[in-house]
Amino acid sequence: MFFGIEWDTSSQWAFAVSIFPILLHGLVITLEATVVGFFIALVLGLVLAALKSAPTRFIRWPAKLVTEFIRDTPLLIQLFFLFYVLPEFGLTLPAFLTGALALGVQYSAYTSEVYRAGLEAVAKGQGEAARALNLASSRTFTHVTLPQAIPRIIPALGNYLVSIMKDVPVLSVVTVLEMLGVAKIIGDRTGGYLIPLSMVGGLYLVMTIIASFGVRYLDTHLPKRGLSLK
Amino acid sequence: MEWTSYLAPLSQGAWVTAQLTVYSTILGGLCAFLFGLGKLSHNPFLKGFSVAYIEIFRGTSLLVQLFWIYFALPIMGQAIGLDLRFPPVVAGVVALALNIGAYGAEVVRGAVQAVPQEQYEAATALNFTGRKRLWRITLPQAIPEMMPTFGNLAVQNLKDTALVSLISLGDMAFRAEQIRNFTQDSVTVYTLVLFMYFGMALVVTACMKLLERYVGRWRAAGR
Amino acid sequence: MNDATETHDPIIKFDKVVKRFGDHVVLDELDFEVQRGEKVTIIGPSGSGKSTVLRILMTLEPINDGVVYVGGQPLWHQWRGDELIPASEQHLRQMRSHMGMVFQQFNLFPHMTVLRNLTEAPVQVLGINKAEAKKRGMELLEMVGLTDQADKYPHQLSGGQQQRVGIARALAMRPKVMLFDEPTSALDPELVGEVLNVIRTLADEHDLTMLLVTHEMHFARQVSDRICFFDQGRIKEQGKPEDIFTAPKEERTKAFLKAVLDPDD
Repeated sequence: MFFGIEWDTSSQWAFAVSIFPILLHGLVITLEATVVGFFIALVLGLVLAALKSAPTRFIRWPAKLVTEFIRDTPLLIQLFFLFYVLPEFGLTLPAFLTGALALGVQYSAYTSEVYRAGLEAVAKGQGEAARALNLASSRTFTHVTLPQAIPRIIPALGNYLVSIMKDVPVLSVVTVLEMLGVAKIIGDRTGGYLIPLSMVGGLYLVMTIIASFGVRYLDTHLPKRGLSLK
Repeated sequence: MEWTSYLAPLSQGAWVTAQLTVYSTILGGLCAFLFGLGKLSHNPFLKGFSVAYIEIFRGTSLLVQLFWIYFALPIMGQAIGLDLRFPPVVAGVVALALNIGAYGAEVVRGAVQAVPQEQYEAATALNFTGRKRLWRITLPQAIPEMMPTFGNLAVQNLKDTALVSLISLGDMAFRAEQIRNFTQDSVTVYTLVLFMYFGMALVVTACMKLLERYVGRWRAAGR
Repeated sequence: MNDATETHDPIIKFDKVVKRFGDHVVLDELDFEVQRGEKVTIIGPSGSGKSTVLRILMTLEPINDGVVYVGGQPLWHQWRGDELIPASEQHLRQMRSHMGMVFQQFNLFPHMTVLRNLTEAPVQVLGINKAEAKKRGMELLEMVGLTDQADKYPHQLSGGQQQRVGIARALAMRPKVMLFDEPTSALDPELVGEVLNVIRTLADEHDLTMLLVTHEMHFARQVSDRICFFDQGRIKEQGKPEDIFTAPKEERTKAFLKAVLDPDD
């Protein structure tokens, strides 16, 4: 019994069918963790990107160092760090949020790079033209640079969204009941890991395929030359 | 400070982590070439198998793959009469290698396809066999293109080794958790471990950059 | 069909060859012959099939219909008893060894030195030992005037130098037929001469069969035994250089030559 659902061990097939809804509960948690983690990564990445473009190197260099540090250390350790260390500073978050935060921190290093690369690619070509036309620089940013940067960065961010989803199972070590955690518990209790784990693998494949189509759809349907921000 | 006493067990773990990284990266590199070239082959079985391998190992989570190989494969083995129970170190290296190999395979495929068609034609005109053309003309030109991404994949692999601690393999992450369990001193241990991983990552990056420069030495000639 | 003795057989023969790219017919039942030792230049507008003829001979493009013969043997086909069947890879490799090609974009191997570009194929394909291949390579470099560049990499050389290496590389395999596919079209004007000089020397001093596709009309006139004007996948007109250039018979030939030689009118 898990999530209030009984499983049926009469046959392999019955077992698989009966645990499917249980795994779906886990899938929901997986998706929630993915979305929250992604959102945190987007915001933190923006902060990091801003810091890395600061006018003074006393802010830029530490920011770059921190980004590199986050990029080069494992998610698992960052997760444990947040999980055990935050409470010592009086901040005890529920496991789910700690996990999402860890995902967000880890991927903020990547999203900040996406922001920077996207803006740089546009700014090089356009900034000169806009400056030549004498637009004030904040107008340049919102009306010229940003609309062109967005179609470029969205596919890259989409790919990181899928990567985050594949990293969610790490959260099972802090007892977040995402798909793998659920499968492992079923396996622990019934002694049969093959079916739950294989089903989780299959579900992941299905979701990755759906997500790839989503990213490709975005890629082809986003106007390459820029979105109107009106 | 107490943290100096952590260094000994953590270093033991670091040694395990280092070995895991090296073995799985090398094995992963082999998989990358095997299946990356396999995907480009005309043989439908090889191509199909390569595509399936790449999609499966890129499309599912590494931890799921690791658990599957360690927990589920033995059960499948029982059903077909084979003993597929692997010790954690084998399951770990295999899972990491297969995972990184799938990402690497796409890099290999892309770099080989990026070698200009004209090189292919020049080699054909000189009557190279397909195999000699691949080894002596195509790959030497493709490999320098792969190196920057391979560098990133190597660091990613190092980070991924931490997951094998979850199947009780005594790497750095495992030791860290052991020490934390014993001393409850989370901040020190985990800060230390983070810096150790960072240091190892810098070493991996440096090694890959050296390798990158070595395979691309013909590009730098005369500059 | 001509039943002449071996020495009078054309070394190259296209027999009603058809080549299509999708719906577009590039070679339209082409009949074409080249004699041993002959130097033939193919001229004509873009898309007339000139380069395609060379690429078919170098086995880079298959044919859709008809038969191509090299040295009396079918190229893209082989004999099985009395029947012609599509050539196996083995047969193609055997036939390919008679041809050498010089490409418009040189296509040197960038990861090898100049000398190694010349020795790699002889060593790997012909099984010649390295020392022997190096000796031959240096001789060829001397012929094209580049002995001091032997240890440089292609990207360190000018376009004209690279193309001369390209010619040497093709010659290193001792082909019977040399194919030149617009060898100077990708070069800056001041570098064209050095390459043409090498080709001219080759034409004058060796009885190699040479098939040249080029826009360098004056050069073609100097070097060729025969000029073929291609248009829309067939030979519109062919003959000795003086005949073609001074007194072309066909309207299309006249129009083409006028456009190319006197563009300011």
